[in-house]
Amino acid sequence: MKQFLSFIKKEFYHVFRDKKTLLMLFGLPIIEIVLFGFALTNEIKNSKIVVCDYSQDEASQLLTQKIESNYNFTVEKNLLSHNEIENSFKQGDIKLAIVFPSNFQQSLFHENIAQIQIIADASDPNTAYTLTNYMKQIILDYQRSILPKGAIPMQIQSEMKMLYNPELKASINFVPGVMALILTLICVMMTSVSIVREKELGTMEILLVSPSNPIMIIIAKAIPYLVVSIINLIIILLLSVFLLDMPIHGSIILLFAESILLIITALSLGLLISNSTANQQSAMLISLMGMLLPTMMFTGFMFPIENMPIPLQVISNLVPAKWYYTIVKSIMVQGLGFAAIWKETLVLIGMTVFLLTVSIKKFKIRLS
Amino acid sequence: MNNIVIQTNGLTKKFGDFTAVNEITFDVQAGEIFGFLGANGAGKTTAMRMLCGLSQPTSGKATIAGCDIYTQTEKIKKNIGYMSQKFSLYEDLTVIENIRFFAGIYGLSDIEIKEKSNILLHKLGLETSKKKLVGSLPLGWKQKLAFSVAVIHEPSIVFLDEPTGGVDPITRRQFWDLIYEASDNGITVFVTTHYMDEAEYCSRLSMMVDGEIKALNSPTNLKDQFHADSMDEVFYELARGAKRKAD
Amino acid sequence: MKDVVLQNIVKTYGTDESCAVDNVSFSVEKGELFGLIGPDGAGKTSIFRMLTTLLLPNSGSAQVCGYDIVKDYTSIRNIVGYMPGKFSLYQDLTIEENLSFFATIFNTTIKENYNLIRDIYEQIEPFKDRRAGNLSGGMKQKLALCCALIHKPEVLFLDEPTTGVDAVSRKEFWEMLARLKKEGITILVSTPYMDEASLCENIALIQSGKILDINTPSGIISSYPNQLYAVKATHMSRLLHDLQSFTNTNSCFSFGEFHHISLQEDSEKQIQTLHSYLQQAKHTNIQIQAIVPSIEDCFIERMRNE
Repeated sequence: MKQFLSFIKKEFYHVFRDKKTLLMLFGLPIIEIVLFGFALTNEIKNSKIVVCDYSQDEASQLLTQKIESNYNFTVEKNLLSHNEIENSFKQGDIKLAIVFPSNFQQSLFHENIAQIQIIADASDPNTAYTLTNYMKQIILDYQRSILPKGAIPMQIQSEMKMLYNPELKASINFVPGVMALILTLICVMMTSVSIVREKELGTMEILLVSPSNPIMIIIAKAIPYLVVSIINLIIILLLSVFLLDMPIHGSIILLFAESILLIITALSLGLLISNSTANQQSAMLISLMGMLLPTMMFTGFMFPIENMPIPLQVISNLVPAKWYYTIVKSIMVQGLGFAAIWKETLVLIGMTVFLLTVSIKKFKIRLS
Repeated sequence: MNNIVIQTNGLTKKFGDFTAVNEITFDVQAGEIFGFLGANGAGKTTAMRMLCGLSQPTSGKATIAGCDIYTQTEKIKKNIGYMSQKFSLYEDLTVIENIRFFAGIYGLSDIEIKEKSNILLHKLGLETSKKKLVGSLPLGWKQKLAFSVAVIHEPSIVFLDEPTGGVDPITRRQFWDLIYEASDNGITVFVTTHYMDEAEYCSRLSMMVDGEIKALNSPTNLKDQFHADSMDEVFYELARGAKRKAD
Repeated sequence: MKDVVLQNIVKTYGTDESCAVDNVSFSVEKGELFGLIGPDGAGKTSIFRMLTTLLLPNSGSAQVCGYDIVKDYTSIRNIVGYMPGKFSLYQDLTIEENLSFFATIFNTTIKENYNLIRDIYEQIEPFKDRRAGNLSGGMKQKLALCCALIHKPEVLFLDEPTTGVDAVSRKEFWEMLARLKKEGITILVSTPYMDEASLCENIALIQSGKILDINTPSGIISSYPNQLYAVKATHMSRLLHDLQSFTNTNSCFSFGEFHHISLQEDSEKQIQTLHSYLQQAKHTNIQIQAIVPSIEDCFIERMRNE
């Protein structure tokens, strides 16, 4: 045990004396979250819109109120005619225009179908899509609220065709994505690099020619990065709650438990990489190429997996971060409990056991 | 024929409040084999870097092949060759590729490169191995090849940093044959070594201790001066008094 | 009792047909200071790595303290000390942190075996809070030795401990080894410096994976086949050429301020012939004297015969 503690102490010295790497370890997640936070939320929050209401009835006014009460939208102006819309856009600031046709309420309640036109400034397509999606959500909510029990469903048709664009459904998707990315990247890269560094230095030779157990060496290596990752996790969560106003709906303990599971998966993967590389550069390169790209591509927070060709969808199942991403989204956004994510958790556990077994089996007790 | 190729006057290099090289003054004549000796951390490497134009001195003067080491570093680099135990050639290039590459960066023309590389390969007996990777050659051959490449552009001075470390005794002597040959051709050789028998092969030796040159003379005169039978004793006598321990 | 025994050890790497270690056998007595002398690439490191259980031999067998290097590797790892060729301590840890780390992983403390390392450690103790990366070559080497000794190993393997180290530090290092030997530790040391051979009790000369000779240093010297002469004149490089082209020359190599020459046919008369040959070649201040060969002379001789 004393041996083990001494190992861990040594690993902490390594981590905390390498100031540049340390800065990167903690700087990266902060920068990503903050950048995104400002880039996206400020863009979307308090977006100014205009409303052109030809109907001027109870239903259209209620919906307008509902829109206005949403923190994403501020109704700038009520326009009298369609023709003013383009002018408003040209003057800038306006992100969306909503047009209620005349007889909106009547169509809705009598014909069970009504139309709304949403016009977006698509010069910034991402924002446009996000906002129209929000708008659609509000309209749907309204639709539900006015639906009497047992009645025939009424429909409000938004005239704009909604492009399927889940990556920008909400900025909250980004936080789980960053969590998955950062945790995988740090753990895989740092573990592999730190083990390979010992090989390069020649200290691995001495460690091997000592009574210390190789498994102990490995676990001791992993612990500082586990700690660093958990600190990172806390930073990300704090930033997302306080800076991005994204509350955690589910259990925090469950969230941490699942995160630690992912960290262990990533550490095992890092170990596997370190077994088959001889120098720090290649360890770094393999970790970056092998982790960064697949994690960004196949996790689902940047590119929708559902839109990918089937072979890629199959491949995406091999990426641990994908499962973690689903888990985190369920916990953080939907506030679901373990019952909803046990399948994904099981997949992650399976991956961890597999990777850990292979990498410990492959760990060389001798020089190659 | 007193043709001075290296001249330093009070050359000093400080790192913060640490004086790595402290006012060294010496001359090296053309064609000399100048041994630059000293204990680990005595300041040899720092001094050598300044002379090669890789590091700016803190104070003092020096000219290398007539060029000032403050202002004409680019010109110096054209006039010197450099070889060290640590870096010499690219292991993953073949013999001939290495020769072409290094001859190329010194601006030799294609015809010159072809001519010189043939002479060089013939001299080293490497004609049949010219397409082998340098990494696959025995250490001794690598070092001989590295030296020949370092002088391929006929520099006026060649700097050798522990060129024979770990080389077998026969190859080590063959290596010195190459040094003699270069010296006979008028190339000044500036060499560091840990082998004291090699110190004897030098025309003159300087002994650096704690950043200063404590002795400078021919091997025979140094032994007389310190009443020693071998260079080992001279070195031991001088370096034993060293106070500095850091590199 | 023999602490280290090697029988017909062969090691090749990858598809390379040439052997890094070619059928090597030798043994080292308990408490002996044994030197493996040869240039880089001779196979010294491979032999050490096999004995420290870091590499598996292709064939042959070896034991350290009676334990087999393949089967009983865990037992061997408990009782040997190993200092690899490269400086292999943690550059970002201080002297003290390095030492106590290595003490702990060997299940011991600095205190427990302090008397063993005291002489060495006292020299670096004033700098114990300095990081290993900021130490001079000689100090790094002392620290590495302390770390290899901290668990009081029965056999100590030192792979090229003096490479790149200046003559003074080398001398100090060998003095330290002589003191350790008195503690009863078996020491195997490898070095490319032939002059260090005389400080060992037994040496093996090794070149291209093959053992050229194993003997005591004086045994190796006395088995030198010829009488050796040191020759000196004013113009040494011309002298070397002339000596090499002398018809009766067997071998001729420069050695510091002299050239060492052995003759095919050796007699008082032949020496006189050599002298007059050199005079005819207009050499001045000619000195010829009979000398006892050094280990390096013997090494060169063995290499020539391979």
